[in-house]
Amino acid sequence: MAHAHKLSILRGTIKFKNVTQKIWGVLILLTIITAIEVVLGIYKPESLKAHFIGMKILNWIFIFLTVVKAYYITWDFMHMRDETASLRRMVVWTAVFLICYLIFILLQEGGYIESVYTSGFVKRDF
Amino acid sequence: MDTTVVNTDAKEKVWGGGNQPLNASYGKLMMWFFIVSDALTFSGFLAAYGFSRFKFIESWPIADEVFTHVPFLHGQEHPMIYVAFMTFVLIMSSVTMVLAVDAGHHMNKSKVTFYLFLTIIGGAIFVGSQAWEWATFIKGDHGAVQTRGGNILQFVDADGHRVKLADFVMAGTHDRTVHESKIGLWYVSEGTLPTYTIDEVVAGFEAHPELSIRTQLLDEHGHKTILSRDESLKQLKTNGRKIVEGANLKVNEYGTSLFADFFFFITGFHGFHVFSGVVINIIIFFNVILGTYERRGSYEMVEKVGLYWHFVDLVWVFVFTFFYLV
Repeated sequence: MAHAHKLSILRGTIKFKNVTQKIWGVLILLTIITAIEVVLGIYKPESLKAHFIGMKILNWIFIFLTVVKAYYITWDFMHMRDETASLRRMVVWTAVFLICYLIFILLQEGGYIESVYTSGFVKRDF
Repeated sequence: MDTTVVNTDAKEKVWGGGNQPLNASYGKLMMWFFIVSDALTFSGFLAAYGFSRFKFIESWPIADEVFTHVPFLHGQEHPMIYVAFMTFVLIMSSVTMVLAVDAGHHMNKSKVTFYLFLTIIGGAIFVGSQAWEWATFIKGDHGAVQTRGGNILQFVDADGHRVKLADFVMAGTHDRTVHESKIGLWYVSEGTLPTYTIDEVVAGFEAHPELSIRTQLLDEHGHKTILSRDESLKQLKTNGRKIVEGANLKVNEYGTSLFADFFFFITGFHGFHVFSGVVINIIIFFNVILGTYERRGSYEMVEKVGLYWHFVDLVWVFVFTFFYLV
């Protein structure tokens, strides 16, 4: 395991001296993100409840922060940052493409069934 | 000496296995294959959860009202706190795992042992917390009434706070006992009978004029709709059929039964991953102590198991968002 480790995160904004230090740095980053999520989840600010592309802005923020966390877990804890570009792309883009496709299809269909329930003479309140 | 990689110097033999375009060993690549396929399995589950949620978008339970419990703090409501703690434990055990992998790169046996031990402890705390959360969810806290159409009616006081069935219903003497297959039809059985009958709940509700009923439907502010006293009485008398206490795969006192089904299935599947991760970690831990990897000359096995362990953490990050936050 002689290959070199890349020691900076946030596009080179924060640089670390060694791997151990980088790991603790990433832990602090993930903890801060989780803390933001929890605080937003408890207080649910009224101003973030407006809708944007079918969902509350607050939910988009949660999903964005989750993807950021997933990035750092994969890149730094799973050492994706140190793998070759071809291995990285094989794993990441395959999964990202298939998951986005699946989510789009299922949510689209769920929304359609909901519209049938609410406007299609289906009685549910009994 | 790496047992899984055949090192040949013939660079030109691209199709003969001599070239390593990905610069990773066979074992690590196979672990990545597994992780990608497992990630697709989990996203299938989570997307199915999203499907059902979009289908019942105007009546889905509010997670903040369901998961409010913290161990040793009885009767207090602290939404999110315990799950946040569980998330932190899992991320922390990921950190100790990556520290173990790093110590392995430096061939430092005692450090690998120490960090692997911490990782196992973290995993055990997480699985235990999840078991506790399941137990609390199954037990339930307030109780509700299910209508003919399968909707859930909850009871609230004048301030809109939920009221327990036990606080206003008087249990009478019941002649009905649990039917067991040995005393009646051998092919028919049933679960535990509820504490109260529907008539007792109606009587208790009539005797407490400050109570009203909360339905599953969400209003435009995202709160559950509360019926007026007259509507509540009418709804309870005409449609109320069954007492629901807690949650299982068929009914759920917090709302649609699909919510409980997905909760049990997804967190259960994830919990099973954590459990198997802990078992694999323990095996690796003993191998480290016995010096297996020291003799092999490489701690790559710790790295491969580490990949799996981080993946379990990665999945939890998504489960946390879609079950507890969104």
